[in-house]
Amino acid sequence: MRSPLFFLICLIVGGAVFAAAVALGNDYYFFAGYVVLQYVVLSTAWNILGGYCGYVNFGSAAFFALGAYSTVALHRLYPLPIPAMLIADGVVSGVVGFGMGYLTLRLRGAFFAIATLALAVVLETLIVNWEYVGGSRGAYIVRPESIGPFGNYIEYLFLIMMLLAVAAITAARVIERSRLGFGFATIRDDELAAEASGVPTLRLKLIATTISGALMGMAGAPFPYYIGYLQPSSAFSLDYAVNSIAMPLIGGTTSWVGPLIGAILLGSLQQLATVTISSAVNLLIVGLLLVGFVIVAPNGIIGLVHKYLQRKPDDFVGRRHVDAEAPNRVPGPAP
Amino acid sequence: MIFSFDLLINAIVSGILIGAFYAAVTAGVSLSFGILDIVNIAHPAFIILGSYIAYIVSVSLGLDPIITSILVMPAFYALGAGIYQIYYVSFEKRGQESLRGLAFFFGLLFITEVSLVLYFGVDYRYVEAPYIGPTWHIGYVDIPMRLLVPCLVSLLLIAVLQLVLTRTFIGRAIMAVAQDQFALQLMAVDPIRIKRIAFGISIATASLAGAFLIIIQPVEPSVGRQYIGRVFAICVLGGMGSLPGTLIAALLIGVFESLTSTFYGPSWAPAVSFGFLLLALAVRPAGLLGR
Repeated sequence: MRSPLFFLICLIVGGAVFAAAVALGNDYYFFAGYVVLQYVVLSTAWNILGGYCGYVNFGSAAFFALGAYSTVALHRLYPLPIPAMLIADGVVSGVVGFGMGYLTLRLRGAFFAIATLALAVVLETLIVNWEYVGGSRGAYIVRPESIGPFGNYIEYLFLIMMLLAVAAITAARVIERSRLGFGFATIRDDELAAEASGVPTLRLKLIATTISGALMGMAGAPFPYYIGYLQPSSAFSLDYAVNSIAMPLIGGTTSWVGPLIGAILLGSLQQLATVTISSAVNLLIVGLLLVGFVIVAPNGIIGLVHKYLQRKPDDFVGRRHVDAEAPNRVPGPAP
Repeated sequence: MIFSFDLLINAIVSGILIGAFYAAVTAGVSLSFGILDIVNIAHPAFIILGSYIAYIVSVSLGLDPIITSILVMPAFYALGAGIYQIYYVSFEKRGQESLRGLAFFFGLLFITEVSLVLYFGVDYRYVEAPYIGPTWHIGYVDIPMRLLVPCLVSLLLIAVLQLVLTRTFIGRAIMAVAQDQFALQLMAVDPIRIKRIAFGISIATASLAGAFLIIIQPVEPSVGRQYIGRVFAICVLGGMGSLPGTLIAALLIGVFESLTSTFYGPSWAPAVSFGFLLLALAVRPAGLLGR
């Protein structure tokens, strides 16, 4: 399928979901749906670096909060419309992602993962001590009652998040099928071999961190308007970090479908669990699912589906995911 | 001027005391991450688990937290060995440790933390022990006993670990497995068994570190998160897998954190270790005493 057509289909599906939510006529669906869509964007963004390149980012919360706080800072400066903020926040987070990658990506993968953890704490410390955006007390953002043709502001936010999700998924799909995506896959499968055959690995990794960081920041951009009162602990909540890792891994990391399925399933499940049980229990569920899936079904739900259908993964998944690393890791003499 | 000098000395002393405790917290990670290359980011969660066990025993039986933690070390060892077995079969053998192994430990971290939250709630818990209250005053230097006792036991722990690693067969085999697993196999040693033992020891140290933690400060389930970055900062800064390096780095970070919180306010202290970590990663990834 051509990408513009795919984008159009996504738009239509998104529009249909939006229309269905309007038809249901209950604001709760917008509030809950917004969170699920936000996770679609976060997990798709995470997957561009984590799933395609194989570099684990534990700092999703940091990028998300960066986006949210950039919005607060910009709002204090001059309240731009949200789409403009989205772009500004994307630039900020993308630059931070690039810098972060530049510092750590020349090292082994684990260092990058640890550094992303560190980034979250450094940023949180900075925000807590930065009075302009509210410091540790948090910041209030008063959202308008309604805007333009929308009956309610939350509908507007929902629509923005929907568009962002559509854009993120399309971007992920385009990357996956381009030269860039194949480059990413070589890094994931065997970085040394890729480097040796002339793949510019550092440049590709930097592109991936930049895109991924920018998308995560954009996911956080409308958040202050959604929540109304932004606190460092809610913006930097580890929930975002664990969810944006768990969702792609549970869905399947090798294609854009995985994070989408993971985010919709897990996101809705959590919305349900939060309402019916408690928010602590829903984190436990996420943790257990994550551990269970990585042990039992390493290729996620997509992998399970393929196993069930008893056929080789074809262009539905884009590329065949082979455990190419496995033979190399068996201890043995160098060939 | 005298006043600030006074403050400076006190900040340095308490930094050193805390630093030795950080070394005990990091010792386990130095073994697992530094030597075995297992990125166990759930280590702090196990430390909190240790704290809670010390807390339960101390409240119900009145036993000293440090003695309790030494008694439950075998259980932690078994837990560690079990986790390694799962990790080996599911990830290391399939060559998937980089992405899914990391996610596995991240999941463990969450499960441990949330289970503790569900069972104990998010209230701060603390223990009673005769050495928690009193403080020694030497000149104008204050040495709180609740920092001194963990500091001394930590130093003992590091010394014992270092002796085990350099003097015993198992210890040398652990060092060897990091260098060349295949060579170890040729010498008729099962590298998986050695790694299992090493990971067991690494988790066993978490029990002791947990007892120290609850002696030093009241504990609630998410306290462990503050230690994730700190622990890895110390491990990387010290040079992967070098215990003396770990001790030096821990003391350094302890002192700098203490100075920062004394002179700039405690809200800036968490950034210190992370600043060090980013600096170390960017400038000298091999660490202070790296191999």
